[in-house]
Order: sequence, then C-alpha cells, then structure tokens
Amino acid sequence: MTLISERDARRLLERVLAFSRADSSEARVTGRRGGNIRYARNTVTTSGSSDNATLDVTSTFRRRSGTASINEFDADSLERVVRRSEELARLAPENPEFMPFLGPQSYVDTSPWADATAAITPEVRARAAGAGIAGAKTSGLAAAGFWEDEASTRALMNTAGLFAYSRDTNVDFSVTARTPDGTGSGWVGQSYNDVSKLDARQASEIAHQKAIASKNPTTLEPGQYTAVLEPAAAAPLVGNLLYNMDARQADEGRSFLSMPGGGTKLGERVLGTDITIASDPTHPDVPTAAWASDGRPLRPITWINRGVVESLFYSRFWADKQGVSATPQPSNVILSGGTDSLEDLIATTERGVLVTRTWYIRTVDSQTLLYTGLTRDGTFWIEGGVVRHAIRNFRFNESPIAMLNNVEALGRPVRTGRHMIPPMRVSNFTFSSLSDAI
Amino acid sequence: MIRREFLHRGTVAAGILGIHPWGRRLGDWAGALTPIPTADKKRLADVALEAARSAGASYTDVRIGRYVNESLSARETNIQSVTSSESYGAGIRVIADGTWGFAATNNVTEDGMAAAARQAVAMAKANAPLQSEPVRLAPQRGFGEVSWRTPIETNAFEVPIGEKVDLLLETNNAALSAGASYISSALYFVNEQKYFASSDGSYIDQDVHRLRPGFTVTVVDPESGRFETRESLSSPMGMGYEYLSGRASGKIAGPTTTVYGQYYDMIEDARNAAIEARAKHDATSVTAGRYDLVLDPSHLWLTIHESVGHPLELDRVLGYEANYAGTSFASLDKWRSKSFQYGSPIVNFVADKTQPMSLAAVRYDDEGVQTKQWDLVRNGILVNYQATRDQVHVLGEAEGQGCSFADHWSTIQFQRMPNVSLEPGTAPLTVAEMIAGVEKGIYILGDGSYSIDQQRYNFQFGGQLFYEIRNGRIAGMLKDVAYQANTQTFWNSCSQICDQRDYRLGGSFFDGKGQPGQVSAVSHGTSTARFDAVNVLNTARKV
Repeated sequence: MTLISERDARRLLERVLAFSRADSSEARVTGRRGGNIRYARNTVTTSGSSDNATLDVTSTFRRRSGTASINEFDADSLERVVRRSEELARLAPENPEFMPFLGPQSYVDTSPWADATAAITPEVRARAAGAGIAGAKTSGLAAAGFWEDEASTRALMNTAGLFAYSRDTNVDFSVTARTPDGTGSGWVGQSYNDVSKLDARQASEIAHQKAIASKNPTTLEPGQYTAVLEPAAAAPLVGNLLYNMDARQADEGRSFLSMPGGGTKLGERVLGTDITIASDPTHPDVPTAAWASDGRPLRPITWINRGVVESLFYSRFWADKQGVSATPQPSNVILSGGTDSLEDLIATTERGVLVTRTWYIRTVDSQTLLYTGLTRDGTFWIEGGVVRHAIRNFRFNESPIAMLNNVEALGRPVRTGRHMIPPMRVSNFTFSSLSDAI
Repeated sequence: MIRREFLHRGTVAAGILGIHPWGRRLGDWAGALTPIPTADKKRLADVALEAARSAGASYTDVRIGRYVNESLSARETNIQSVTSSESYGAGIRVIADGTWGFAATNNVTEDGMAAAARQAVAMAKANAPLQSEPVRLAPQRGFGEVSWRTPIETNAFEVPIGEKVDLLLETNNAALSAGASYISSALYFVNEQKYFASSDGSYIDQDVHRLRPGFTVTVVDPESGRFETRESLSSPMGMGYEYLSGRASGKIAGPTTTVYGQYYDMIEDARNAAIEARAKHDATSVTAGRYDLVLDPSHLWLTIHESVGHPLELDRVLGYEANYAGTSFASLDKWRSKSFQYGSPIVNFVADKTQPMSLAAVRYDDEGVQTKQWDLVRNGILVNYQATRDQVHVLGEAEGQGCSFADHWSTIQFQRMPNVSLEPGTAPLTVAEMIAGVEKGIYILGDGSYSIDQQRYNFQFGGQLFYEIRNGRIAGMLKDVAYQANTQTFWNSCSQICDQRDYRLGGSFFDGKGQPGQVSAVSHGTSTARFDAVNVLNTARKV
C-alpha cells in the first residue's frame, strides 16, 4: 500500500482507532510513491523508485502520551502499533504541557496535486536526463543533475472527531554544469507541483550558460559590497529568519525577537519598510496542504508587514498559556517583491557582486541570527549595470536582519524550493574571505 | 527520588497490562525486536535474485531490512515525547546492460520481491541508452551464510523506558539546579536489522546498534537580553546502553572541564554545562587575530569530518556528487604525485570500518565487502581515498574497500564515509603539557557552528567552550570565537598531537549526502592536537 484515497484512509484510520483502549488516540497514515534519476559526468549514475506508507499512532492516558509507527498494514500490525503506543504512553510520565487532541476543523481549499506529476514514468525521467546530458555535451561541459518526483497522501483522524486528508505532488530538478578545465561551474534548480510547468532542457541551459560565463574568475578582495542576490541565494537566509519566529523562544528571552528586560519585538519594526513576509497554502505557484501535522489549519498569514513583526508561531500549549490563537509554523515562505526581473536589477546596479546561490549555511550566533555560508556556481562582478566577469567565490558572515534592512531593490518573486523569493539588491553585504572552490 | 518513583510507576503499569517492560521479547514487542528468521529472508532474497537474473540482470543485490528507532525528549522538568518506530522492507539493486537500476518495496512477499526485482531491471534497461560509462564492478567472493552483531553489553531497546525517562529528568534537574534557565535533552536509539544477499553468493545477516544522547543548556540574562548556550560534550556511539553508565573509567578531568571517552556521564555534563553557560555571560569577547589552537577531540572530530573525511570520498573527487555536496580539491593528480602534502609530517589519517564502538563499524558493507582499515594520509602525504566496488578500478585496486551504505531499505546504497581518524602522537604528551607550550592560543572544546565550501578548501568552525591560553596557562573564558582556514594550510600547521591516552571518538549521527538525501553515522577518533597561527574571527554583531 502506498497512496491512499480519502475514503480508504477514513476506513483504515477508523479501523486503527477501533483497537484503541486509551483515553484518547490519534492515527496518521502517510503514503508516498516517488521516483528519481541522477546523472553525473554526462552519464546516468543511479535511478530508482520507492513506494512506502507509514502509520503513526499516538495514545494518551490522562496527560501521558506515547507514539509508535509502523509500515506494515496487516491486522496484526495495526493492532500491534496501537498497543505499543499505549504501552509507551503508560510508561511516560504525565506531561504538564499535554494538550488534548484537536476536534473537527475547517480548512481552506488548496491545490497541491497535479495528475501529470503523479503519472510520471521512468521514461519521462530518462528523457529529462537525456535532454540535460545532450545539451551539456553540445556545450562541452560535464553535467551532474537530479530529478525527483513524488506523489503523497496524508490523513489524520482522532477520537476527538477530527479527520483531515490531503494529497500533494512535487517535482524537483537541478543541474550543476562544470567546464572541463575546472574553472567554471553553473547551477539551476526548479521545483513545481505540476510537472507540465517544467522544461528540463530549458532549465539545463541556464546552468550551462552560467558555467561558461563563470570560467576563469578573477579575485575581488573580501569586504562589504553591494550584492545582487538571485532568489536561490537569498532564500535560505530569508527562510532561516522566518523559522526563528517561534513565540515561546521569544517570550523566554532566547530569540532575536526577545527584548532586553523581557517581552518581545512583536509589533516592533525589525526589518526595512519594504519587507513583507507571508505564508499562504493557497498560493498558486507554491501550494501546500491546508493543515499542519497536528491538524491545525494553515491559512494565509503575514509574519512581517512592512518591516514590522506582525505574527509569531506557537505550539498549542504556549498559545493556550498566553491566551492567544495557536498559529502553526508556516508551510511556505513568500517574500513580496516588485515587477523587475533579475536583468532589470543588474541593469540598475552601478557596482556589485551577483550571487547565483549560497551554500552550507550555518548559524554562528542565534542572538543576532548571524549566519555563515559560501557563494557557489556563478559569482560575478557587475559594473555600470552590466555583468563584467566572473569572480572567485566568497565566504560570507551575514545576518538576514542586516540584509533585509539594507535592501535597495526587490524584483519579481519566483519559486525556489518551497519559497517565493524575489531577486534583490542589498548594500553592505559582508563577504569575509575568499574560497578557492569552483 | 524521581527515578525510583518513576520506575515503580512503570513497572506497575506494565504489570497491569500483563506484558513485560519495554524490550522483553514478549507480547506486543515481539514484532520489532525478534529477528525475522534468516531462512525466511534467504528464501525471499533468492526469489528476487532469480527474478532479476531471469529479467536480464548481470548482478543483483538484495537488502531486506527492519529499522527500529526509539527516542525520548525532555524539556526542563517535562518529558515531551516518547516515540518508537519500525520500518520493514526491501531494496533491490541490479546491473543490467551495464547500468544500475534500483527498486524498493514494503511488500516483502515472494510476489512483491519478484516484482521489485523486475522493476529494478526495467529501470536499468530504460536508462542504459544514456549510459556512457558502463559499470565496472570489482569482483567479490561470496561469503555464504554469515552473521555479525555490534558488540554491545546492554541492548538499549531492552532497557525499560522508565530508566531512560529518569536519566533525562535527572539530567535536566542537574542543569536547572546549577543555574540553567532552560534545558532540552534527548536520547535516540537505532537498531538496524540488515540482511544482504547477492548474486556473488553472500547471505549476510547483521544486527547494528547505535545511540545518541545530547542536550542544550541555555542561560538567559533578562536584564541584558543576552542568552548563552552550551551543548553536551557527548558523542554518538556504536554501543549499547553501557555508554550512558557514566563509569569513571570513561572520564577525563581536563584543564577546564570534564570530557568523556568510552562512557558518558550525562547528568554531570549537564551540571557543568549550566555552570559554563553562566560563565559565558562574563567571558571576554575575543580579539580577532592569529592564535595557536589547542583542539579537544569533542571539537576536532568535526573539523576532521569536514576537511578530511568528505574531500577524500572518491565519488566527490570524480564528480558524481557535483550537483549537491560538491567535488573535492583532493584531485587524482595530487594523489598520483605521491607527494601532495595534505598535512604536516606528524599527520596520519586512517579509514576504518572495524573500529570497536565506532558508528560506522560493521563486518560487511552494503555491497557484500568485508570491512577493513587502510591509510588515507601517511606522514602528511595523501595516499588513498574511500571507494565502492564500482570505483576502485580508478585507484588500480582489485577489491572494494567496504564503503557502501544505504540508510534505509528504501534507499540505494552508495559510497559513504568510513570512520576517518587522526592517529595519536607517538611521543608521550598530555593536554596540560601541550597547553604549557603555547604562548598565545585558544583551547576549544565541543562542536559548534560549521561550514565548508563545496570543494573543501575554505572552512569556518565555532565550538562550545573557548579558553584563552596566555604564556602556557589558561587565562580565562572567551566568547564570540570562530576560526577560518584553508584545509591544506590548516593541517600543515598541525604541530603537536597528544598521545594515545587522550584518544577519543567523536562523530556524526546524521551525516547528509546524496540525492535523494541520505544520512549515515560515522566516528572520528583523535587526541587533542595543536594548530599554529590560525585566523580567528570575532563573531559578535549588533543588529
């Protein structure tokens, strides 16, 4: 068993909960059917497919709870996983932060499923890889690429009367092309729910062009520069900022949103007035399921409104304790932008560094949200509104707080991973050392 | 007190249900912990091997796996979660028309295995027209029916849940009593029941155990609005529950704090962490510049992992990981020169999949190769890499090195890092003696922030604890420290390594690589080592 219809999911979960002897219980079934193809050095290396389904059961006795999971669905296994969750719950101590399961909820309509993606065959994947490889060979490059598609279903039911069901599809395609002399490297990455929006040949071309253009980089001394960040370069930093907007961390004094002397920066301006960050499961370009893993509804939320912190996310316990609405973590990140293209941003840049993507980003200081990471696969010098030449990669040490206070221009948002991020021009971006990596 | 109360409660609860506490091979637990009979697995594997052969495979391997995990997490005085998971299925890998194909299924029946085998062959054949480098698989003799188990004293899955709950609560209480504002702690246990069969004639049954304890202590100063953290100095290990016994023989009283070797005292470490996180508030912000670094194994393992372990993965060197993890500066021409000075002459790195208590230790890898130990860097010179059966021909070697691993039955095996360790110094040298020889330096313990470029040249590391060394003495605690260096420059600046008495393992439980992403667990052994004139940054910022 892998993908499961809403009707079958309801029937299965009813059957599972019927085994329960606990005070309350909740069951979740996730099915996934996926396939992938991987190539490198212009030849296919591995490909595969995988089918699986997992059943998780949480049982509670008073304020104790335990969770067990299994991927076998015969009658004995269904009962076994229920019994194990009950035993774990009995052995666990009472949790003062225990919250009873949610009752019935209403959800917005979202459309993260595309039949075309669910119908992808090994031949479709092979054709995409073939197109990428052929283009790289024509350009005299060595390409490495990866295509992964998946279709999944999720259902949740509990003894408090909640039932939720969703189904998603997704396809991710990325290519890194390198020049034979090892001095140039280019990259592209695209993600869609609907595979019919993906043109693997056209996408591959972007990586190929970047590789050729990035050959023989010159050295620019590290320092603070104006930077034009492509969406893939900015997305990890923007995402890290949003995922640190947990209310409890802020209330407890251990967040960039905590205030000296207590309290939080909710309602305060922390970013530039041109910065608005939201999440929206109904967004047409990056749709997601309409409910979080614990069944809470996901709705359009504005987190940062013109630089001001407007919302934080909460666990159900912490929201209850604070007497506020239990807003769950976002399922996507949408940074508002304008209408300019990346090319428009470059054309209006007097002097600056164009960054294709950033890599290996890690927290250096969670108080200031200082992150370190590197540029990769296409870093260029812009002068007089024109990309002049490739430059060597940098390590950066920068905080998205500083970065999003220094925005000079925002372009048109495009999907990168599960985010909608515009290309942006920022001043005083801190490139702290050179990297020899190509 | 909490411990006794809870144990009592747990036992009573189990008694009422009429089943034994967690881990006894009775009642509801039987499914996960009783191994599937080897004869059944062999029968199912033979069905897949034959189905693949009939469909046109020239080579097939079958992995039938049950993966059992248990985890507990606590925050302050509360247990947040107690979870158990198991996953059962099979992955089948074939070569057909010179091309790899792979399919996985959770339908572990004769029909399910045969269907997956045929699917894997079909996938290989579909991709064969795109193949320009047909697979060259090093020969491997079959071992027949053999088995191996991680040598453990106490199976963590047979330790009652109540005992684990008590350990976490006592750990948290120790930290809170010593001044922590907050503590999150967790225990994670893994059991991989792996069966491997191949068309070479191997039928290998292995039972692999690993565990990972850890915590983060936070101390908030409400007035200044500052917070400081200190994470545990534990290591994930390829051991049973005995690692958590806190036996005195596993402790080393270091110059500034207690560090841990073969056994870990989680409660003591949490108490120390709270005291040290408080002290960080008053620590001196480092002055950026060049310092001699004295790096404890609880820190240095991660630098080894990133700057030696990963660059010497042959698949990276050859370009197979270019689209994700990256390639490597340690190119084949450097290896062929037999003179590439990776480190100073005292630097010797050894790859080892047999090391007791290490995370990567198994008897056979996931393509049926018996594991071994070999040199990567000898006297500072690059001498070898880490390779799988389809890569060793590049090195002129005739057999696999035992580096194949898949993190689940549903994922395809590929080259993963063996334990990569720095040999201890041969001359007697303690940490105190090493520090005594440093004029201007920083002593760093614990792993912190880490980042390295996609060819493994430029790296930046933080840590958990930093102490200034001035004229051979510890001169106080520092903060806001990170060091940045080039891999080759850094390892050539290694001027001293403490002797065997200080040798300890660190490691990663979730080392990520590949597309789709997979994790693996790997250890890195080292003694405390000294690196001269390394560039240190001050990471304090105002935002």
